[in-house]
Amino acid sequence: MDLSNFLMMRQELGLVAVFAVLLIYDIFGGETRAMRWFRPLAITLFAIHTLAGFICPMPEGEAFGGMYVNSQLTVLMKNLLNLGVLLVFMQAGEWLRQEGTAIREGEYYVITLATLLGMYLMVSAANFMLLYIGIEMASLPAACLAAYNKYREKSAEAGAKYILMSTLSSGVMMFGLSYLYGAMGTMYFTDMAPLVRFDYMTVLGFIFFFAGLAFKISLVPFHMWAPDVYEGAPTATTAYLSVVSKAAGCFALLLTLHHVFGAIGQVWYYMLWALTVLTIIIGNIFAIRQQDIKRFFAYSSISQAGYIMLGVLHGTETGLTAVIYYLLVYMFSNMAAFGVIASVENKTERTDIAAYNGLYKTNPRLALVMMLAVFSLAGIPPLGGFFSKFFIFASAAAEGDYLLVFIALVNTVISLYYYLRIVKAMFIDSPEAGIGVRLRTDGYNSVSLVLCTVGIIAVGLVSNVYGYINGVGF
Amino acid sequence: MGFSVYIILVPMLMFLVIGLGSTKLSPRAAGIFGTLGLSVSAVLSYITAFRYFFAEGLQEGIYSSITAWSVEWLRFSDKLHIDMGVLLDPISVMMLVVITTVSLMVHIYSFGYMKGERGFQRYYAFLSLFSFSMLGLVVATNIFQMYIFWELVGASSYLLIGFYYTKPAAIAASKKAFIVTRFADLGFLIGILIISFCTGTFDFGLLTADNASLAVTSMAGGSFLGLSTATWAMTLLFMGAAGKSAMFPLHIWLPDAMEGPTPVSALIHAATMVVAGVYLVARMFPLYLFAAPDVLTLITYVGAFTALFAAIIAIRQTDIKRVLAFSTISQIAYMMVALGVSGMGGHAGEGYTASMFHLFTHAFFKALLFLGAGSVIHAVHSNEMEAMGGLRKYMPVTHWTFLIACLSIAGIPPFSGFFSKDEILSAAFSHDKVVFVVLLLVAGITAFYMFRLYYRIFWGAERQYEKHPHEAPSVMFIPLVFLALLSCLTGWIPFSHFISSDSVPYDLGINWWIAAGGILVSLIGIIMATRLYRRESDLPERIASRWAGFWNAAAHRFYIDQAWLFVTKKIIFRCISTPIAWFDRHVIDGAISGLGTGTEKLSGAIKGIQSGRIQTYAAVFVWGVIIIAVCVFIF
Repeated sequence: MDLSNFLMMRQELGLVAVFAVLLIYDIFGGETRAMRWFRPLAITLFAIHTLAGFICPMPEGEAFGGMYVNSQLTVLMKNLLNLGVLLVFMQAGEWLRQEGTAIREGEYYVITLATLLGMYLMVSAANFMLLYIGIEMASLPAACLAAYNKYREKSAEAGAKYILMSTLSSGVMMFGLSYLYGAMGTMYFTDMAPLVRFDYMTVLGFIFFFAGLAFKISLVPFHMWAPDVYEGAPTATTAYLSVVSKAAGCFALLLTLHHVFGAIGQVWYYMLWALTVLTIIIGNIFAIRQQDIKRFFAYSSISQAGYIMLGVLHGTETGLTAVIYYLLVYMFSNMAAFGVIASVENKTERTDIAAYNGLYKTNPRLALVMMLAVFSLAGIPPLGGFFSKFFIFASAAAEGDYLLVFIALVNTVISLYYYLRIVKAMFIDSPEAGIGVRLRTDGYNSVSLVLCTVGIIAVGLVSNVYGYINGVGF
Repeated sequence: MGFSVYIILVPMLMFLVIGLGSTKLSPRAAGIFGTLGLSVSAVLSYITAFRYFFAEGLQEGIYSSITAWSVEWLRFSDKLHIDMGVLLDPISVMMLVVITTVSLMVHIYSFGYMKGERGFQRYYAFLSLFSFSMLGLVVATNIFQMYIFWELVGASSYLLIGFYYTKPAAIAASKKAFIVTRFADLGFLIGILIISFCTGTFDFGLLTADNASLAVTSMAGGSFLGLSTATWAMTLLFMGAAGKSAMFPLHIWLPDAMEGPTPVSALIHAATMVVAGVYLVARMFPLYLFAAPDVLTLITYVGAFTALFAAIIAIRQTDIKRVLAFSTISQIAYMMVALGVSGMGGHAGEGYTASMFHLFTHAFFKALLFLGAGSVIHAVHSNEMEAMGGLRKYMPVTHWTFLIACLSIAGIPPFSGFFSKDEILSAAFSHDKVVFVVLLLVAGITAFYMFRLYYRIFWGAERQYEKHPHEAPSVMFIPLVFLALLSCLTGWIPFSHFISSDSVPYDLGINWWIAAGGILVSLIGIIMATRLYRRESDLPERIASRWAGFWNAAAHRFYIDQAWLFVTKKIIFRCISTPIAWFDRHVIDGAISGLGTGTEKLSGAIKGIQSGRIQTYAAVFVWGVIIIAVCVFIF
């Protein structure tokens, strides 16, 4: 085997290096005083890795006989995932040092990095086998993360539900892949694309495969796990699942739909169209009634996934740019919201929306960040969320999909209703039911919140961001 | 000359520092930050001006346009994109000098004038914001950047007029200023859209190149209500300019804007922002001249009418700041007329040079008048002439500097106003005799009402002052003296060597016949004012009673405000706004509320599906796959 193939995988190798260092440190650090330095080290190393991804030139091409592909686009996508993970790491620290989790602090980082490696493979895969391995690598450890507060019943429940549903979806997906292989005799994207045509076996295989990915993105009707898992899992994991994991899934779906199954576009276009509408509507309708803020954001992120599909549907250049741009803004907005949720939860153990009553009086800064986050998610100008919605709607409208854009617009109005509930609670409702204490967020979390806020505001206003993403072709 | 971008960025930075620091900074620190920032800008502008006019700007006998700094901000197509940049050419460099100088003087002066006010820091933050916006406006490389800063200037003017936000009059005035100028800006925006739609660019350089040939060819066709595209676009553009520069009938906001602090009036409503309209017309001058000469005629007549109209009103005002406000309207109209009667190149373009020259000199002497008035108000705590009189003994510095400014605006040599006014009169004479006569008349009236103001403040019988009036502190009178010096000296600058319609320097002498006429008319005005107001008598009232109706109407500003109120309240509000409000409340809100309640009901009905049981979830998953598959194969 030609070892130079590995040079292609610089980002993966960098990640593995960080992973290895942290794992060894964790094992030998044990319970000594040295563990105090673990968190700064983990964040610093990962920050360097993230920065390197942006700065260092990355090679383009394929490796391992075409199984693995690296292009400007995949590098950009991995950078995006890195950024999300970095923010998660920053926000997780406070929770990790609590009594129930403190002993296994190191494992958290290591497991998260392992899932990230899986997502790298999902992004770079050019072969269904590698894609499948990536998805599995990303899913199984994620169940550990969901069950991380293992003495807490809800967390254990979340872990169990996640792993069961994930197994089911993997099974269905693998089944679908076996059909596809049976029909075409190859697993490579490029070899498969010309062979795809409308026959029962291929289409059935495709639908099964699609269900597996739709599970990751939590499209209706494969979304049922999300609210329960999001609610029960530790907040850092919820943030991770709702942002990073979803982004990787969206990207893999976008690539396979257009690169492999382009020939049966007629089939999946209407299917995805209907699912998009369902996803947006159901996510919205359920979000209205939620009393738990994490469950609330679970439904909100289901409907956000629907909006992303608007860009995925057409697979045009503008659609692709809009999707990545949307993911970037969505990441900043959601991470900002979860950062605030985490700081409230860590100190007061409360995740009900009533806890946010009068937050503006006690914690004006947190309330402000939360307000910006939900405004951005609802798409209010001049925040990033407005521009991302605008671009994604424009990309769909450019292809003449006016009905879909109209439905999405109506749902944006509905979403405003429930997003404003949070703002109303924070700014208008009387603070009696609220937490009533002044919170002190730790340094890392504050930095992450500032980063998110800057991201929410700046991504929309600085046109270079869109230009940069636009410059990276398919 | 890339450093020139810092002229704009430093005030911006100071705005952020003072604005974010707000009450954490001491008032003193806020003032010092603001003033230091402006000093840096001023020094950089002087260096820029020196290097532009004497070294780098003049190439092969022509002042070239230099884009000192530029960045692409929004891109629509290869040609159509919005840049943010710094354009240096004779008029923008001249404006940089004017703005930073006056703004610096106002910053220093405000130390004394605003001392002890609540919100001192806020005041300096807004001053910096305004300076930033105004500087950004004049160096705009394209019409869209200009529009953005144009709106920023409007916003900061709004903030500063309403600075005393506990005073209902100030709030009303700030709203009025904002709404009127915003209404005018709507025209500006539509004009921009038409121009950019036709020519495919926002860039000033491309628009004005080769005698605006691009605009001439692309906007010649088309006709709407009998006027060509170019005429419409340039008229709408002038509408924006008229709003900012308070031309009739959009002048109504400026007198009310005097509710703001007096130094603000000096900076924004006399020297800088209100001339933005003149600057816009000058900037687009080739387009007006070659693509829409009929609009230029419109500008001439609107300007001439406004000049006369405002001057007549100024005679009857009793609030000293209002007198100055109407005199500002009248003088800006002078500049507009000068642009209107100008041609292109050499002596034909005399009006263009004259307009910019008058803008330059007017900025200094009008700022001086306002700051002097501020110092008087500071001493007697009133704006009304009734409360003043005989102040020359108590306030010698204010008195002498105010006199210099009055002589300057009246057009008496050797003060600066004489030179610029003479050029305008001479340009008008060679172009249109009627306009010339009107302007000459206005010059006389100007001299009259300025000296009426002067005598009523500084001469006449002393009032019963509660506290002894005293001369302003030194931070206040140093700017007065400096501006007085400028008012004496700036007239001697050979302006045509620097600014001309085609950027080629030329010689422009004084037309002594016209100058003699101008001086004569001004002297008549001054003598009449001396006769009537130097000593108190009932003579002015007796004369006024002769045409009581006319003079009363003048005192009420010819009821233009009431006419506007009638149009807005009775016609627009009742016939247009009320039905729209009804439609909004019942149809649109009704639909949205219906959407809300409908969703809420639906949400209640189906929440049972999310049971928490994983068996259900798995079943839904599998059934989902099956149903999708069946659907796909059926359709």
